Amino acid sequence: MSRVAVLKGGRSLERQVSLKSGARVEESLRRLGHEVLELDVDVELVNRLSADRPDVAFVVLHGRDGEDGTVQELLEVLGIPYTGSRVSACIRASDKVLAKHAMRDAGIPTPDFFAFSETAFKGLGAAQALPAISSRLSFPLVIKPASQGSALGIKFARSATDVPTALVAAFSYDRKVLLERYVAGRELAISILEDSGRPWALPIVEAVPEQESFYDFESRYEIGRTRFVCPADLDAVLALKAQSIALDAFNLLGCSVFARVDLMLDAETAELYVLEVNPIPGLTETSLLPQAADAAGIGFDDLIARILAAATV
Amino acid sequence: MIERDDRREGAGRGVGPAVSDEGRKPRSAAHEIERYGALFAERTRVMKSSAMRDLMALTARDDLISFSGGLPDTSTFAPGFFTELMGRVATGSVAKALQYGPTEGLADVREAIALVMEAEGMTVDPDSILATSGGQQALDLVCKILIDPGDVIIAEAPTYPGAVPTFCSYQADVIQIPLDRDGMQIEKLREALALLDSEGRRPKFIYTIPNFHNPAGVTMSLERRHELLRIAGEREVLVLEDNPYGLLRYEGDPLPTLYSLDSDFVLYTGTFSKILSPGVRIGWLVAPAPVLRQLVLGKGSADLCSSSISQYFIAEYFQAGPWIDYVRSLSELYRRRRDVMLDALAEHFPREATWTHPQGGLFVWATLPDYIDTTDLLARAIEERVAFVPGRAAYVDGRGGSSMRLNFSGVSEDEIREGMRRLGEVVREQVALYSTLTGQAPADRRGASGQGAQPGTAATDERMADVLPLSRKRAG
Repeated sequence: MSRVAVLKGGRSLERQVSLKSGARVEESLRRLGHEVLELDVDVELVNRLSADRPDVAFVVLHGRDGEDGTVQELLEVLGIPYTGSRVSACIRASDKVLAKHAMRDAGIPTPDFFAFSETAFKGLGAAQALPAISSRLSFPLVIKPASQGSALGIKFARSATDVPTALVAAFSYDRKVLLERYVAGRELAISILEDSGRPWALPIVEAVPEQESFYDFESRYEIGRTRFVCPADLDAVLALKAQSIALDAFNLLGCSVFARVDLMLDAETAELYVLEVNPIPGLTETSLLPQAADAAGIGFDDLIARILAAATV
Repeated sequence: MIERDDRREGAGRGVGPAVSDEGRKPRSAAHEIERYGALFAERTRVMKSSAMRDLMALTARDDLISFSGGLPDTSTFAPGFFTELMGRVATGSVAKALQYGPTEGLADVREAIALVMEAEGMTVDPDSILATSGGQQALDLVCKILIDPGDVIIAEAPTYPGAVPTFCSYQADVIQIPLDRDGMQIEKLREALALLDSEGRRPKFIYTIPNFHNPAGVTMSLERRHELLRIAGEREVLVLEDNPYGLLRYEGDPLPTLYSLDSDFVLYTGTFSKILSPGVRIGWLVAPAPVLRQLVLGKGSADLCSSSISQYFIAEYFQAGPWIDYVRSLSELYRRRRDVMLDALAEHFPREATWTHPQGGLFVWATLPDYIDTTDLLARAIEERVAFVPGRAAYVDGRGGSSMRLNFSGVSEDEIREGMRRLGEVVREQVALYSTLTGQAPADRRGASGQGAQPGTAATDERMADVLPLSRKRAG
C-alpha cells in the first residue's frame, strides 16, 4: 500500500469544492488501505512534500495553481508521481482560450468566440471593436473569464448594452476573457476515464436545472438544485457522436487518465459543441464524473483506485 | 468508448441515477445523492450554499485584511480579568455553572440585562426578559412562534444579512422597505401595507434595526420611530426591534428605543455580543407576557437553556464593577476606526462611489456605480488580499449588487488604511476599465481632502431610495 498525499484546498476560488472533493478521496483511499497525508496546499507545500516524500500525490485541486499545471510542474521537479493530466495538458485545458483555439483548428466543434486580454482594451482600443464582435457573434453572448473553472464570473449579454458590465465582471477573475456565442440547449457532461492505457467515454450525464434558467455555480455543487440524468436520455447515434467528440477533445489537448468534457446540444439544430475540458473535475457527492463512473459499474473506490494506479512521474 | 457502455450491466437507460442503480449497488454515490435529496424538508431548498458563501470562506485567511466580519475587538478584554472572573465562577458556582439552568435564563443575568437596557433609557422587569443563545436565536425564536410558511415579514432594504437565512428557513414572504438616511422610509412602508391590504394580508412583524443599522449604518429618526409605532399600534402588528449596537454611539445624542416609547407592540432584542463578547453567545428578548410565554416554550424545545457557564461568567462580570466603562473604551476605539475608514473612503474610493456616515455601530455601507457587481469584485479583492461583504447578502431578492458592507470595528487603524487602499485600487481599476469599454471619460478621482464623506452620504440616500417598494421573494 502506498503513502498518498492528497493535495486539496489552496487559494483558488474553488477552494470549498476542492476541500469537499479531497475529503471524499481521502475516505476512499483509506478504505483502499493507503496511508493518507492531507495537504491543504499553501506556501509550505514544497517543504512538506520534500519532508514527507509521499509515494504518490493525488491532486484534487480545482482552478488556479491546481488545475493549470502549476502544481503539476512542482511535482515533476520534486520527482513525485501524480495523478491525472500532465503539465502541458493542464495548461491547454484550463485556459479556455487556448483550448478553444486548438479545438477550432482541429475541427472539433466549439461555439464561435473572440478572446481579449485586459491590455487589448486598455492599450489597443479594443472597445472600438465591440460592435464588430457583437455583429459577428450575435446575441445573446456568454462572457467568461478564460481560466475560471467554476461558473463564477460567467455573464450573459443579451444586447450590446450588457457587454461592458459583463466584461468588467469577467475581468474580476482573469486578465483574459472570452466572448462566446450562446448555445441554448441541453448541457451534457462526458467523463473520460482511461482503462488499459486507452481513454473511454463514460455514460453521459445531463444536468437539468430545477429552477434557474442557467446552470449556475450554485446548483452545480449542491444537492437538490440540479437533477442529474445518467445516462442522459439521448438518441443512441447522437450519444455516440457526443462521446466521440468528447474523446477527440480529450486526446487533442493531451489529457491523461481522466477528465470531464462539457458539451452543449443545440436545442434547435441538434449540433454538438464543446464548451470546455476540465482536467481535474470535481469528486464531490454531486460531481458528474463519479456519477458517470457509477453508471458504468465503476464504484467510487474503484474509480479512485484506477486514477491512483495510473499516476506517473 | 462504446465498449464501456456495453459493460454497464443492468444499468438501464432510465431517468435518474437512482433508477439505474436500483437493486444493484445499494451504496453507490449517485444513489445516495438521490436518497438524501428526497429526504430534505422543503425549507432546506432556500438554505442554499452560494457562490458568495464559497467566496466568503476564502476571506477567513490570515493573510487577508477582512472588512467582512461583524466582529467586536475582543483582544481589548484583559486576560487577567477573565481569569479572575472565571476563578470566581469556579470557587462560587462550579456545580451550577456545569449544570442545566432555567430556560428563561439565570436571575442574575436577567438583572444584568435590565441594567444594560436601563443604560439605554428602558425600564424593564427582569421577569419579562428571556435570555437567548445570542441575538441570532432571538430572531429564530420570534420566527418559530409567529411564522407559518407564506406569512409576511417586513424588513428593511438592506437588512441584516444574518436575518435573511433565518427568515427564509421559516419560508416567510419577506418584503423589504428601502432605507434612507433617516432609516426605514415610512411612506414606503405604508404603501407596502396598503398593497398587502388589497391582497387581504398583513405582516406578522416588522423587523428593524433602528440604531446604526447593519449593514446600512443609518439611524432611524425620532419622528420615524413615532410613526412606525403609530402604524404598529393602529394595525396591531408587532415590531421586532433589534438593537445590538445602541450603546456604541460615537457622536450625537441617543434616541429613545422603540421599546421605551411603546412596549405593547414591540419585541425587543439585544445582545452581549458587541458590548462584552460574542463568544458567550448570550442575547435576549423582551416581549409582552403572552408572547414571552410562547417564546419560552419555543426556546425550551430548541435548546432547553443557554449556556450556564456563559451566564455565570456574565453574572460575575456585572458583579465585578463598572461594565459601562468597557463599553466606553470600545466606543472610543471604534470611533477612531470609523474615522479612519471614512477618511480612507474619501481618499481612495472614486467619485462615483457613495457611502454612509454611521454615528455608531460597526458598519459603513458603500455603493459603487451600478455596472460594478460587488460579488465579482470580491473575487478580485481577495486577489489583492482584502475582503468585504457583497451587498446582495443583505437582500432576499437579488438587489444590492453594487453595494458592500465594510466593518471597521474588528480591524486595526493601520489595517483599515492599507485595506482600503487596496480596495480603492481595485474599484478604481474597474471604473477605469468600464470607462474604457464605454468610451466615457473616467471621472476624476476624489481628492484626499477628506471632504468627500458628506456628498457620499447624500448620494447614498438617493440610491437607497431608488428601489422598488414591494419587491419580494417568497422564500420556499
